[in-house]
Amino acid sequence: MAEMEIKNYNLNFGPQHPAAHGVLRMVLEMDGEVIDRCDPHIGLLHRGTEKLIEYKTYLQAVPYFDRLDYVAPQNQEHAFALATEKLLGIEVPPRAQYIRVLFAEIGRILNHLLNVTSYAMDVGAMTPMLWGFEEREVLMEFCERVSGARMHMNYFRPGGVSSDMPAGLSDDINTWAENFVQFIDDLETLLTENRIFKQRTVDIGVISAEQCFDWGFSGPNIRASGVAWDLRKSQPYDCYADLDFEIPVGINGDCYDRYVVRILEMRESLKIIHQCLDKMPGGPCKVDDQKITPPSRAAMKSSMEALIHHFKLYTEGYHVPAGETYTAVEAPKGEFAVFLVSDGTNKPYRCKIRAPGFAHLQAMEFLSKGHMLADAVANIGSIDVVFGEIDR
Amino acid sequence: MDLDIKDLGDYISSTIGADADDVSYAQDELTVTVSADKLIKTLGFLRDDANCQFKQLMDICGVDYPSQPLRFCVVYHLLSLTLNLRVRVKVWTDEDTAIPTATGLFSSAGWFEREAWDLFGIYFSDHPDLRRILTDYGFEGHPLRKDFPLTGYVELRYDDEQKRVVYEPVKLTQEFRSFDFLSPWEGVQTVLPGDEKAEDAGKEDAS
Repeated sequence: MAEMEIKNYNLNFGPQHPAAHGVLRMVLEMDGEVIDRCDPHIGLLHRGTEKLIEYKTYLQAVPYFDRLDYVAPQNQEHAFALATEKLLGIEVPPRAQYIRVLFAEIGRILNHLLNVTSYAMDVGAMTPMLWGFEEREVLMEFCERVSGARMHMNYFRPGGVSSDMPAGLSDDINTWAENFVQFIDDLETLLTENRIFKQRTVDIGVISAEQCFDWGFSGPNIRASGVAWDLRKSQPYDCYADLDFEIPVGINGDCYDRYVVRILEMRESLKIIHQCLDKMPGGPCKVDDQKITPPSRAAMKSSMEALIHHFKLYTEGYHVPAGETYTAVEAPKGEFAVFLVSDGTNKPYRCKIRAPGFAHLQAMEFLSKGHMLADAVANIGSIDVVFGEIDR
Repeated sequence: MDLDIKDLGDYISSTIGADADDVSYAQDELTVTVSADKLIKTLGFLRDDANCQFKQLMDICGVDYPSQPLRFCVVYHLLSLTLNLRVRVKVWTDEDTAIPTATGLFSSAGWFEREAWDLFGIYFSDHPDLRRILTDYGFEGHPLRKDFPLTGYVELRYDDEQKRVVYEPVKLTQEFRSFDFLSPWEGVQTVLPGDEKAEDAGKEDAS
């Protein structure tokens, strides 16, 4: 047979593809089954969050953060609340800090549960997904009990949390946390030493520490490459400085290590949850400044001043002193930061949202080049992308 | 070497102070303002200098100040893992003047600059692939500019007759409501006519 010139084949991956974790369209240039070029097209879920926030008061901006990374909404709220508090120059009471950290860690487990299990499904394991969702349901029930909403909590407000935890919740979280270790063990028996899972993930999408710096990686993805970097340790916010936990790191920076780091992080999160519940201080759960946090319902029934405060807070909101801050938190996916510019009015002048997934997805071409098509799916799963935060 | 953020500010102003327009420190955060032609030199210094090692470019974003002569501020956020510190680099530009791209120094700059181009219309010269990134295919305008309306200019719907999505000018069923909340929180300062009690306060105001 005569020699033939083979042209590269352009493949459209997505925008509706179960392994794309949302609405990702990737234009792949395939040399046979090997990826030659990979151009992710994002923005199909763009809602103009940053623009909308410029037209809302600080309090009204909080729910938009739930809808960024809708897998772990509370961690995004945390960043915005901390940024606003920094500009306002207030510090929230200890109880609010502990409640926030408690729920931030629940958010981390929510996120890792979804990521690890859906990632496993992308590479061929069905069962973990079904198990994981059952546990997520329990966690979302805790969120519902504390805030009234399963996912979009709108719970971490500038100045504290919207309401205190209801009676009995800490006991239930404690019981759950004790049993959850067994769940992680069971999950690991399905995946960690699973031959098929390892064949699909080991040595796929390897990225070194230096390359991680270059691509602006953060969170579990940079830790999988052996960099012990965690904002909860290095730049602690709220009460993380008082808590004792480890930072798991990987060695090879491949898809498998990113999976292992997330599993270990869930175990560390459990430690933090236990410590938060043990050390939970009493006292108020929001700052005692009526110009920033709303009065209680009971006070509004008897105090005219409280009623005025309530009205002003929910119409005009509070004015934040002019200034700018870049405040980052260790969200489950990596460094989630808010660059908040205030001009002294009741609305943010500019609120730039730095989403970890944006930087991670950018490295998709780097990670996938020279790999098989099926490995692109493993790569997407392992870098943990959610389009709510990437497209904003 | 254990620098805190103020020492770092002093160190930066002593080394590249001649290139920087301003090194300021506010809210525990360090800001270095440079002109566009010094940007790459500054970023390269911050990345490679042994005492800085800001190896990670975490974010690039634009901020629009329409009243300023140079309306756009491009803000770079760098992170140093060795120092555990962040620094902010600011460059001012307008609609027509390009800013040199940072993709040569940091691969992560690629998409961030595309985003700034898409949302603000800030040009980055020598960028390898300056396409729109977040907005729709065929989108016109730069939505995060302050003069771009919140509602945008076009809306789309599925047309059942043509069996495709069609774009139409935005029709608002209700005017966009914008309230003036800049009235002071602690009550009005102006003296109401016939208010005898406010006489003393009124005199102070008049003087």
